Formats: sequence, C-alpha cells, structure tokens
Amino acid sequence: MSRIVGVDVGGTFTDLIILDDETGTVKIAKVPSTPENQAFGVLSAITEGGVQPASIHTIVHGTTVTTNALLERKIAKCGLITTLGFRDSLELGRRTRPNPYGLTGSFECLIPRERRLEASERIGANGQIITALDENDVRKAAQRLLDMGVDSIVIHFLHSYVNDTNEKHAEQVVREIWPNDFITRGSAVMSEFREYERGTTAMINAAIQPVLDNYIKKLRNELKDRGYVHDLLVMQGNGGTVSSKLISETAVNTVMSGPASGVMAAAYTAKSAGYDNVITCDMGGTSCDVALIKNGIPQVSSELEIEYAMPIHVPMVDVRTIGAGGGSIAAITPAGLLEVGPESAGAVPGPICYGRGGVQPTITDANMLLGRLNPEIMANSDIGLDKIIDIFTKKISEPLGLNSPEEAAAAIIQIANTKMAGALRIVSLARGHDPRDFALFPFGGAGPLHAAALARELGIPKVLVPARPGITNAVGCVVADVRHDYVNTINKSLVEANMEEISAIFTEQETRGQETINAEGIEVEDIIIFHDIDMQFQGQTHILTVSVNKNITKRKLHDAFASAYWNRFAVELDEIRPVVVNLHTAVIGKRKQVELSNLMDIKMRTNRIEKAQTGARLVWFEGGRTETPIYNREAMPLETTLQGPAILEQSDTTVIMEPKDNMYTDIFGNIIMNIDTEITK
Amino acid sequence: MSSLDPVTLAVIQSGLQQVCNEMDLAFVRSAFSPVISEALDRSDGIYHPENGDLISQGELGLPVFVGTMQFGTKCVIERAKNAKAGDVYIVNDPYLGGTHLMDVRFVKPFFYQGELFAWLANTGHWPDTGGSVPGGFSASATEVEQEGLRLPPVKLYKEGVIDKEILSIVLSNIRIADQRIGDIKAQAAALTVGEKRFEVLLERYGVQTVKQAIEELRERAAQQMRACINDIPDGEYNGSAFVDSDGVVDKPLEIKMKIRCEGTELYFDMSDSSPPCLGPMNSVIATTRSSIYLAMKHIFPDVPINAGTFDPLHIHDPKGTFLYAEYPRPVSGCAAEVSQRIAEAVFVALVEAIPNKLFAAPAGTSGNFCLGGVDPEKDRPYVMYVISGGGYGGSNFGDGISNGCSTIGISKTTPIEVMEQYYPVIFEEFSLHEGSGGAGKYRGGFGVNYKIRLQRGEARASMVMDHGRTGPLGVLGGANGGVNRVVISQNGVDYIPPHLSKDQDIEVNQNDTVRVSTPGGGGYGNPCERDISLVQSDVKRGYYTELQAEELFGVCIDKSGKANIVKTNKKRKILIENLEKPRDE
Repeated sequence: MSRIVGVDVGGTFTDLIILDDETGTVKIAKVPSTPENQAFGVLSAITEGGVQPASIHTIVHGTTVTTNALLERKIAKCGLITTLGFRDSLELGRRTRPNPYGLTGSFECLIPRERRLEASERIGANGQIITALDENDVRKAAQRLLDMGVDSIVIHFLHSYVNDTNEKHAEQVVREIWPNDFITRGSAVMSEFREYERGTTAMINAAIQPVLDNYIKKLRNELKDRGYVHDLLVMQGNGGTVSSKLISETAVNTVMSGPASGVMAAAYTAKSAGYDNVITCDMGGTSCDVALIKNGIPQVSSELEIEYAMPIHVPMVDVRTIGAGGGSIAAITPAGLLEVGPESAGAVPGPICYGRGGVQPTITDANMLLGRLNPEIMANSDIGLDKIIDIFTKKISEPLGLNSPEEAAAAIIQIANTKMAGALRIVSLARGHDPRDFALFPFGGAGPLHAAALARELGIPKVLVPARPGITNAVGCVVADVRHDYVNTINKSLVEANMEEISAIFTEQETRGQETINAEGIEVEDIIIFHDIDMQFQGQTHILTVSVNKNITKRKLHDAFASAYWNRFAVELDEIRPVVVNLHTAVIGKRKQVELSNLMDIKMRTNRIEKAQTGARLVWFEGGRTETPIYNREAMPLETTLQGPAILEQSDTTVIMEPKDNMYTDIFGNIIMNIDTEITK
Repeated sequence: MSSLDPVTLAVIQSGLQQVCNEMDLAFVRSAFSPVISEALDRSDGIYHPENGDLISQGELGLPVFVGTMQFGTKCVIERAKNAKAGDVYIVNDPYLGGTHLMDVRFVKPFFYQGELFAWLANTGHWPDTGGSVPGGFSASATEVEQEGLRLPPVKLYKEGVIDKEILSIVLSNIRIADQRIGDIKAQAAALTVGEKRFEVLLERYGVQTVKQAIEELRERAAQQMRACINDIPDGEYNGSAFVDSDGVVDKPLEIKMKIRCEGTELYFDMSDSSPPCLGPMNSVIATTRSSIYLAMKHIFPDVPINAGTFDPLHIHDPKGTFLYAEYPRPVSGCAAEVSQRIAEAVFVALVEAIPNKLFAAPAGTSGNFCLGGVDPEKDRPYVMYVISGGGYGGSNFGDGISNGCSTIGISKTTPIEVMEQYYPVIFEEFSLHEGSGGAGKYRGGFGVNYKIRLQRGEARASMVMDHGRTGPLGVLGGANGGVNRVVISQNGVDYIPPHLSKDQDIEVNQNDTVRVSTPGGGGYGNPCERDISLVQSDVKRGYYTELQAEELFGVCIDKSGKANIVKTNKKRKILIENLEKPRDE
C-alpha cells in the first residue's frame, strides 16, 4: 500500500523518485524546474512519473523556494520591533567587510531602517528584568508597521535567550492586532546568545515565511485537487523532514534543504552498503558541496553564513561549498597562472560542448576533450571537438606554452581537483579526521568524473558511487527521518553548572520534540534522541561540540571535552576551566526503512559484464591516451569486478575508473572502487 | 632555470596556501584571546630559510601583518643560533621587524630531511603584555618600557619542550596571565599543524620542485603587481593624512606621502612627514612599510601575496620622522592607528591617478576603548575592550558600507550580550551614527554610536582612536565623513577628552556613561550628482535629515517625503556654483 515520492527542486531540474513497497519498483522522473512557481515543476514531475496523486502515501519535498527568495531578495515585506536603543544592530552587524582586501562592496539589511522600530524594555545578562515592557510602545510600533503594509514581523529583544518574558509579552500584544500568523519571536527560533546572529536568523525567518507559506499552501491545494489525501513533508537543512503544516513557523530551517537531503541520501546509502564513515562530494554545474559523515551521522553545524554578514544559526548539515562545478571557467590570471572557477558558464550559455553559445573553456569541456565524456552529446548541435580544441589552444595552451590542448585540458582538471581536495581537507583533516579512514561518496552530475583522482590525491582508499548519482537529493527526501532540533544557552563554568538542571533542560527539549512529532501526525517507527553540549575553555569564544547522554556526570563531561579538544587541536589544557555553553537536543522520528536496491532498472541489467560494454575510445589519463572500454552502467551485472581503465556511462552521470584502480558492483547496484593510493602514500 | 609546468605551479601555490590556511584555522579556533579568536588579529605564514622573505600567507591573516612578519622573521634568522627542529622562538620587540608589543610572534624553523627548508611563523595579538595600562594602549607613554614587556627572540620551546623558566618570566609580567598559557599552546600548536601539512606537500612533489615553484611564484607575483602599476599614469602624486595627536602633545601629526610612478615601479617618499613624537603614535619601519603594502593590496586585491608582490614598491626610509621610530620611542598606536593613516595617505594620493579603482577615505580607526576596574559583585578585577568600526568611503562601485572594520583588520566585534555577561556595564544604545557618511555622488558609509553605563563599582577608561579632529577625507568633490566623538558623563557633567580621540585614566563611577560615535566614510564625487531617489531613500531611512539633504546634496524633500524636482534643480545649481569653497563637516 505504501508508495513514497521524493521530489527535489534544483536550480535546473526537478527530480522525482517513486518507491513502491508493494511491487518493489522504482520510478524516476526529471523535468525542468519552474522558478516562477516551483509547484508546476513538482506537479509535472509527478505526472511524468506516471502515478496518480491519490495513490501516493507520502510525498517528501526538498525545495529551494526559500534559498532562492533569500539570495534574489524576493522576500516578504517585514518589520522589526526591538529593544530601545538597538534598532540598528541588524544593519550594523559585527563590523567586518565583504572581502579581506578591497574596501568596496555593499550590505543591505533585509529590513530597511524605516521598518525597524523600538519599544522600551530591557532584560539584563542574568535574566533580571531591568525595564518592564511598555505595551503601548509595542502596540504603536505594530500599528505603524501595519500602516506601512508590512506582512511579517520580528520581535527581537536583548537577552531573551535567558528570559523571554518581555518578548513573549510583546508577541501577545502584537497578536491582538496582527492580521496573520507571520510573527517571528527571536528566542523562539533560536534560544542562543549573540544578538546579531539570533536576530538575523529570526529576520531571515520572517522574510521568507510568507513566501514559503504561500508556496506550500498552493502546492498542498494542487495536490489535494488531484486527490492526494496525506500530509506533505518538507525537507529541512538539518537533514530531517517536518510536516508542511508546521514548516512555515520555522521557515529558516528550509534554507539549506537541498544540500542536506543529498548528504542524508549518502549517509543512508553508504550505511546500507557497509560504510559508516564517508566524505561526500556533490559536484554539479556551478559548485561543489562537501560534507562529512561519521558513524553514519552527517556532521551538523549551527554556524552557517549564507552570504556576507548573513549568519543562520540553526542546526544544519555542515556543507562546505566551493566554486568548482562542470561549468566552472578556466582562465589565465595576469600573473600567468591557470585558474579554474569560481566564474561559471552556468546553465546558459553553459560549457562549449552544450552548443548553447558557450565560448569559455570549462571543466566539462576539458572532460570532453580528454575523451572522458561521450562526444555523442554534441551530435545535435553544430559544435564539434574541433571547436573545443580550437578554443583550448587559443585561450589556454598557447598562452601557457603547453604542447597541446590536451595538456591544457588535463591541467584544468588537475587544478579543479586540487581546489576540491582543499575543501575535502578542511572538512576532514582540519577537523581532526584522517581522510584515509573514510570512503569518498561522489554524486551530482559531475562528481563521479572526478572522484577517483580526488580520492588518490587525499589517500582515500575507496570510492562509493551510488546507483543514481544524479538524483541523490530526491533519494534523500525518501530516506530522511523526521527531525526537530532544540538549543538552550547555559554559559556556566562546568564547576558551577548544575547537572540536574542540564538534565532537566534536555528532558524538556525531548518532550517538545516528541510533542511536535505527535502533532505532525507523521508515521514513525521509533524515536531517537541525541544530546550535544557546546563547550569551551573559560575565556575562549569558539566552541567545540561533544555528544553526551542526558544524565552525564561532571567528571565524564570534563573528560569527554578534554579528549575531543585533544583530537581536534592536539592541546591539553588542565590549567583552565571548561565552560558549558549551549545544550542541543535532536529528536528524530525514524521513518520506515526503504529499499534502494531497485534504483536501477532491473530490465536493463545483463548477466555478463561483456554484454554491458558498448564500445571503446581513446581516453586521456596521466601519461597519454589509452584505449578504454566504455560500459553502459545500467546493464552491468551485480557483484562483478572490473579492472581499470574504464568509463561507465549512465543517463545521469559518467563514472571514470583510472588505469590502476579496480571496482566491483555490490548487491545494491553501488560501485565500490578500490583506489591505488601508492603515489599518495 | 627550466621553467616549471603551469599545472604543478598552480597546484603547489594552492598547496602552500592551504598549509597557511590550516594554521590560521587551528590558531583561531583554539585561541583564548578574543582579539585573536573573534577579532582575527593574527596571521600565519611560511618564510624563506635564509632571508625570511614571505613565501605564503593565510588568506584570512590580519592585513597589517602582511609585510611585517617577513621583517620580523628576518630579524629572528639573524639572531638565531643553532636552531633545531622543534624550537620555537618568541619575540615581540617592535624595533625588530614588529608592530607594537601586544603582537607576539612565534617563529619556528622547519626542517625537511635534515635540511632547514623554511621558517613557519605566526603573530597573535595578546590582550595584555604588561605595562602601565591594561591592554597596552597607553595614550601617554613616552618610552616603550611603559608599554609592556619587551622580548627579544628567545627559544620558548627547545626541541619541542616548553622552557618553563622563560614562560614564568613572561607570565609574571602580564595581566590575566592564567589564560595566556592557552594562547601560547594554541599559537605553538598551529605551527605544528603547518609543519605536518608542509611535510605532506614536500613528500608529494619533492624538494627541488617545491623550491623552484616558490621562486617562480615570487617572480609571477611581482609581474602581476607590475602589470597593475603599469595602468597608473606616470607622474607624481601627493596626499596627506593627519593623526589627531600623539596622545601627549595636543598637535596633529602629518603624513606627507609623495608617490612617483615610473612605468611599472612606484616610489614612496614620506620624508617630509612630522618628526618623531613624544607619545605612542610613532611607527616602526616594519609597520610603515607594511601599511603601504596593505594599501596597495586594498587597491589591487587580486594580486597574490608573497615577497615578490612588494618588489615593485620602493619605499624610501623616512628617517627623522615619526614613521621611522627607534628605541625607546613608544609605539603602541602604530599598528592600530598610524598604519591606517599611512594607508589613507596612499589612497588619497592615488585617487587622482586612478579614480575608477579607488575609494574615498574609510573611517580608518580601530576605535580601541578600554574600561578597567573591580566588579564589587564578583570581587574580581576586569578589563573590558571595545573595538568599533566606522563608515567606508564611497567609490565608483557605490556607497561605502556602514560599520566596516579597520583598514588594517578583519575583526568582528564582541556581541553586547557577551560583554554584559562578563562586565558590570549595560549598553543603552548601539546605533547608526546618522549624518556621518560623507556626502558624495556615492556617499560614505555610517559610523556607529554606542553608550555604556557603569552598573556598579568604579573604573578607569582609556582610549586610542583617531579622526576626532577631521573626518575621513572625501575625494573628487565628495565631503569628509563625520568625526569621532567621545563624551563621558561623570555624575551628570559631560567630559570631552582634550585630545578628542585619545585619553587615559578617566574616572568612571557607578551610573556614569560613556558615549562614543565613530567616524563615517568620505564621500566620492560631487554630491549634487547623487541620484535624487537615493537621497530620498536616505532621508526616509533617517540617514540624513531633510535639512542635510538640502544643504549637502541639494535635494529638497517636501512633506510627502518626495523630492521636489524644481526646487532641487535650483538648489543644486547654487551648490555647484559654490563648489570651489571648501566644505566643513
């Protein structure tokens, strides 16, 4: 009876996956995204998938509605009521500049100054009420904002993370006259100190809340009209889903929904295949997202900055983005050095080989020139290899004095790989993890093209290429659990901390999560709870997070922190007192496990590897061109081995296996590559 | 020398960069000093084994350390006897290639296969190194000894083991010593991280190739800087910038910058600047040079940084001026303030030559404010620092940003919620300094106002700021930015520091307040050319009053908040006719 649909709206395509538990079938659909109203793309993907909405049990949706709204500033008209004397905090920020060098650049606050108003009230750092709230100020301010045509409102008071009395009181007053539910209270979104970060997070929430609410309502109605009777679930940046009935309250949680679902899919797929420790590398057209999964759990961070001076401090899967994608442009700097990205040819005009008017050499063109991509994709355009060779010669190999355009292409690939390797080092080595203890999990259209070389560069012995690298985000939607995160600031030295109080806060956070899951009414098989504590040594400002159980003793917490600190920084600090900063609880409702072994069409599969071979071509690997067999990946049998070099083609990506490596296909259809790491040692 | 292939070159370049970035990251995440962990007042780099030339530096290192660290490392190399693997030198002597005493440098020889391959070094700003006032910014010091403990290069670690005797000398001479051990360990551990990553790079590419790449990268950085300079028309350009006072004698200090451009080379001459001063606004030569380097890097941000970048910049030693300080001149203000005035002089000199690339003067002060006392409730002494930003100058790219950080820094300020947790104060205001953005076609950004009330006990306040006398310069017809102001209300009576921006040991009692307003950025271009709708929106936001809109921009706003075009055209015509007259803030 159970038919689950995962649908992910990306920048270019809307991907859909339908899992049918009963028949064990998997269907996939890909349609162009419809940026003006993403719902059209979602609906046409469902149509394309060939199922009736009435027959679907659950739809899980990954959306970029809020991300786009924010980045393109197509946001709601919102207003702010804040503590007297502080209406400019959110505009002034914490005194930086957009780039370390160069004194130009701009910053626009999401709420312009005339819509930021104040009310007399003040809470002290210990939570004492210094000035009681002046209700009249609030009422007048709210009315003024309404008169200005404001849709959504933020109430953000100093020190509300320790005492939210005034903030709650103001919310009540506003509710009396506010015509809708778009009221965001700072400490309700995030009960953590640092007024700029908390206020900005709340402001972002308010700015995108009406946009998301409007979109979700439309989509729900459309689905309902077509006969879908169940709840729509929405993917959040923390890698968990939430009921669409609740999502607009905490709209800010959806901002990084796309990258998070990809990482969740990776965690799920890799774990099923027996790999708990994985580094993911999602390479698409313009950028590459890198994340780390330890013991099957993606690393989560609460310190993301979505663009200059726009921190979002809610827990999100810790994804690091760099500007290296298939469309990244190669150019020569005035110093005569070859540079790749961050400029991108985007989807239009795109790489030269797409035949849409692109004239700049890109990573994709380099792969094409080296024989790694199938030249047939150029068949329908008037672009041929000769054109690419010509551009590479004039723009890269001649100015650099290289012997051939091939050398230029190889150089572009190597430089892009070096950049990506740098990002992989930052998520692993710089955080105390040795990449050699991990497997690399490439996905996105371009990830599997570069994975073998990246793994070799970092000494990573295994690469796991999932069955459907191009639709990993949609897969993430169907495997993700329900998840709610809570945080409270304590900020007391460990010596002074009351462990019973800590345990009580954890219990309260747990209860909130369980109640929320109940209210959502989503079917879950089990509820799992994680507690983390952010800690630091007295006097520090950065934090280190340790996982704990909720009744941890002081001694054990002390030791756990000391050992985490040693692992990260190789420093012991017996001299200094640790401080308990924030308490986090993640409440996860496990959804029913789904079967991913049918992601590839069984009908395509053959019983002998030879039958899967579609041809051969000369492919360039380090040292020159080698005759390389080409396989149709979907036709490859399970549990087969193959020695490199080989190119595996499938509809959503191309996998490259280099000469010294070998691979096997596991029972789920994943490819496990063994990388010859001799040269990296 | 056979040329290295461009791929290996680019890969090694980013490899060296990553080594430094990881040192930066390890240092900042584990440091205790908020000046390091939040204000990012630190830098890590790799230096040439024999002459200390800069090979690579972390991308997020404090700009003012760009040039100084190579001079500092050179001084250590000259004095280092018998350096062994695992040794770490500590040094903060300003006259040995430094800045001020608070910037403590760790320098470590890096051996590979038994050979000294390079030096790894980092600098971190410690919150205190002793001296007459907490924090080291004594506005009235007349000798370096009053500013704190001065360390020549000595081995703090010997073959990996910390020298407890030297450590105890250091810790016995500074305030809040208990937390410094954390910074010392973090600073040394960052260099160890660098060592490990550098080894991996060398294993991968080999000693010869990496050496060759380093040479070639140096050449290419020089080449790129020269290509940029080539776009500056040949000629002589002059600019002046003024430091309010030296903190002791109430008289402005002038930086007279003469820049001669000849083809691909720039020659900097500051020898007509003011003589050495009595107070702490002297600059050591390493800082003076570095200030010019960072100014050029701000103008041409795309040029990569290594020693080659500075080859085409020829700086004449300004001996006999306050920009060439010798022992025992006090120097605490050089890194935070004088350096920014030097950069400002470079900007205003070159703006005539390359107006499209340049901007009007930024606020250019670190705004150091310090309050020290005993909190009677906690019965504990405290030292609170506030640094603040100001407006940036307008430019051909648009208006300047508000509350930008100092020219030489990349700092974040400490949240008010954090400060109120630690210190017996309450902030009553943190707001935009209205009207402070210099008028212009592209206006300057705005400074900030903050007001602190002492909740309990008594305390003493000190400050080293600047631009109290004249605002940051506007260019090409733009007006100056608003000035820095400090008002201390003692028992209801306002006290304004005689030197405006520098003072120390001001008495602050319970319920007294301190209000600081920081400078706005200079305006760029004639304000009468500013888009009328932008002025309208500036007024709507309360950035300027209606009167200011009329007087400064010639835009007449009527009661509905809209500009009256007829009146505006008339007013602008009058303003343009009066353009020759200098305009005061």
